[in-house]
Amino acid sequence: MKRVLVVVLAIVASAALIGLLLYGLGSREEDLSIEQALARGERPAAPSRELAVLGERGTRSIAELRGQVVVLNFWASWCGPCKVEAPVLDRAQKRLQRDGTGTVLGVTRDDATPDSLKFVRDFSVTYPSVRDVDTKLARDYGSTKVPETFVIDARGRIADALRGQITQQRLDEALSKALQ
Amino acid sequence: MRRTVLLLALAAALLAPPTAVAQRPSLPDIENEVMCVSCEIPLNIAESAQADQQRDLIRTLIAQGASKKQIKAMLVTEYGEDVLALPDDSGFGITAYAIPLALGALLAGGLIVLLPRWRRRTPAGIAEQDAPGLSDAESSRLDNELARYER
Repeated sequence: MKRVLVVVLAIVASAALIGLLLYGLGSREEDLSIEQALARGERPAAPSRELAVLGERGTRSIAELRGQVVVLNFWASWCGPCKVEAPVLDRAQKRLQRDGTGTVLGVTRDDATPDSLKFVRDFSVTYPSVRDVDTKLARDYGSTKVPETFVIDARGRIADALRGQITQQRLDEALSKALQ
Repeated sequence: MRRTVLLLALAAALLAPPTAVAQRPSLPDIENEVMCVSCEIPLNIAESAQADQQRDLIRTLIAQGASKKQIKAMLVTEYGEDVLALPDDSGFGITAYAIPLALGALLAGGLIVLLPRWRRRTPAGIAEQDAPGLSDAESSRLDNELARYER
């Protein structure tokens, strides 16, 4: 009886360790479930969290922007491609605001507030940003790098996912999809 | 009395500056204990633009006279809990230290209980299996062989 108990305990401990190892390996893999859903012609619901607004008091979430198209852009001040795409995003912001159809919402990650604010000043960014300090929102979107952009339609669903640096043409295509 | 007070004040003034300097953290001191959050490696070996910005922030905080604890708290505010190379030694973070210790104690306890049993069981089992009985003829032959060898 004792021997059976020892064997059972050993099996449980081994299974727990293997499970932990698999979890550790799995959590480092890139999550492409959004792309897979988009490829099937689906529009997955856009994850939302209340996050602190950069440089201001208060919080903002994607959920409260329902009814508008949202260009959600993960960025950091130390990221080279983020600097290149900032003017593209700013043009989109001006257009969306003029038409009253939506907004660009920046999300900073792995970035200190003074550095993010300096980026906003240096690149004359006019769209608001929130701070994803624990990268929880980024993880909800399967985002592990910067820059990454998700275009969300007025019903709060992801219409397109753009991993890496965006171009004007690619963003226009994604916005057309979201505005349909 | 007045002289004693003056001497004590002088001693305090002489002792105070080195103490303050000794408590002041340095960049390598903190780099060892925090992570470069975008590279997921310790900051002291990280080479990236983000790591450089993180070092600049630490230098600024040191220059402002912040203590090591305050600097680490500020880094957590700016970069999240993942910036800490070592988990917090209070609250839920203590499980990171407690679980390996508990597992080690469990393993050691298991070995202390089970090893003597295995050691006791093994020689007896072997002795029974490896000692087949000798027939009279074989015993006699063995005695003869041994006697001849001893001559």
